[in-house]
Amino acid sequence: MADSTEVPIRESETPTISITVDFYGGLDTLFGKGQHKLAIPAADKSGSPSTIGFLVTHLCETKMNDPRTDLFVLDGHIRPGILVLINEADWELEGEEAYEIQSGDNVVFVSTLHGG
Amino acid sequence: MQQDIAQQPEAKSVPVLVNNGQDGPNNGTSGVGGSRRLTEEEFDRYSRQMIVPGVGKDGQLRLINSRILIIGAGGLGCPAAQYVAGAGVGTIGIVDGDVVEVSNLHRQVGHVASRIGMKKVDSLITHLRGLNTLPTYVPYGFHIGPQNAAEIISQYDLVMDCTDNPATRYLISDICVLLCKPLVSAASVQKSGQLIVLNCPPTPQGRVDGKYAPCYRCCFKKPPPPSSMLSCGEAGIVGPVVGMMGVAQAGEAIKILVSALHIPSRDFSIPLERNLAQPTLLIYTYELENAVGPYSFRALKMAGRKKNCFACGENSTLTLEGIQSGTPNYEQFCSLPSPTFTLPPDERITASAYHEARSRGEIPNHLLLDTREKEHFSFGSIDGAVNIPFGRLLAKAAAIKREGGAASELLPGEVLGVTEDTPVFVVCRRGLDSQEAVEKLKELGVNNGGKRRIVDIVGGMKAWKDDVDPTFPWV
Ligand SMILES: [Zn+2]
Repeated sequence: MADSTEVPIRESETPTISITVDFYGGLDTLFGKGQHKLAIPAADKSGSPSTIGFLVTHLCETKMNDPRTDLFVLDGHIRPGILVLINEADWELEGEEAYEIQSGDNVVFVSTLHGG
Repeated sequence: MQQDIAQQPEAKSVPVLVNNGQDGPNNGTSGVGGSRRLTEEEFDRYSRQMIVPGVGKDGQLRLINSRILIIGAGGLGCPAAQYVAGAGVGTIGIVDGDVVEVSNLHRQVGHVASRIGMKKVDSLITHLRGLNTLPTYVPYGFHIGPQNAAEIISQYDLVMDCTDNPATRYLISDICVLLCKPLVSAASVQKSGQLIVLNCPPTPQGRVDGKYAPCYRCCFKKPPPPSSMLSCGEAGIVGPVVGMMGVAQAGEAIKILVSALHIPSRDFSIPLERNLAQPTLLIYTYELENAVGPYSFRALKMAGRKKNCFACGENSTLTLEGIQSGTPNYEQFCSLPSPTFTLPPDERITASAYHEARSRGEIPNHLLLDTREKEHFSFGSIDGAVNIPFGRLLAKAAAIKREGGAASELLPGEVLGVTEDTPVFVVCRRGLDSQEAVEKLKELGVNNGGKRRIVDIVGGMKAWKDDVDPTFPWV
């Protein structure tokens, strides 16, 4: 599956956590195909553990190939019509944007389709 | 509606009794879901699927006694209907208000060139009768809406959502919840497809005391804003991708009917879990840029019914009467305001005014940027136009903003005679991206403090085709 493996290199001493992220339903064109292996900071700027909310901002700032961020976030939140699954579970069950990311987590973003 | 629904076989969705051994003499069209001997034609026609473990004669009779409603006779509905009809589902209703167009034919396999202009429902039923004359086909040659949805859906055992817009998808799901019908839903745009079985086995609205199947709203709480939504007309669609999803829909529908999972449970003392398959969202991603593989199917596990779901949850206020009288308002729910640009009049020119100014030699030296995707551009463009796809323009603009650099890098470098006051005209497909592009160019100072005019061509290449050159190959 993984055809766009990114080797995580970080110069600073900031501890990182390794996760995998997948994009489907057209979001793959914003971020690039395949599974993304990422090392994200274990904590945000204020020192709180990194959450899904942080990951969303982080992805926008560092991973997006396309400047049309409104296709992914609206008003600082993931835009309506995108399904988020954390380790194969609906993110609503995990606390949505407040979920604290653990090492090894798999996060999937799916944009729902409507054509036919 | 060309057929009286009351004439449909009364065979309700009751599972066929298990019948070991020989059939009695009771041949022909037996009554309500009872066991009967198959006719010779049925036997010959369905033998290859009946001998598959899990189907058998009883499964076949359940199909024959079932009624499926297919909403949408397009890229999903055509292949779905074809397999459902082939399998011998007894009554097949088809809803669609559109007529066949030539641009449908690369994917809508139930239509043919000689039926262009015909109602899609009639065209598809013609095709299905050619396959199998045994089922009863019921055409509904109009669009489904809040006024008629419940009346139509109530006549069927299972619904297949093969539509192309979110407002209809939410409506269909809500009605299926209220009428206790399983829903097999699929969607496809460009190079992706999705499929999910909802509300199966059907459970009355408001029951949350156990594990139950989700509805469309449980899985997809809110629709995307229209600005981020792609339609097959705009984004395009690969025939086999949507076809694959339609075929998979038929597969799920046949499975549900053969296993009698469409029958609403009445006895809730028996745990439903044994019948509740893991709700799964199938995702198909087709990679056109890679010559071979990796084939990408992914099955994502979805949660079950949500307690707080607007439609099926415990305090839901959704009713059939409400829907019919306009609550909720599906159109409004799915059309949140999207950003629109309106540039001042002096920064805009109509396609015909631009054409006239050019032919009169009023704008001898200018730059024409075409911001359509390169695939669109490849079919044709205005003489002298330079293609800079909108996404690339924005990306370049963002890079200049972030890392610095000359704004003039946004313009193509290789065009001769371009000076800092050469006017720039921007055209796109329909006239929206071009306005945003004009804004961006101005914001980065490409207008050189007003020395250079940057002008949007109103209505894009669509207007060019409509008002200037009717032969232009606009897609
Ligand atoms: Zn629900």
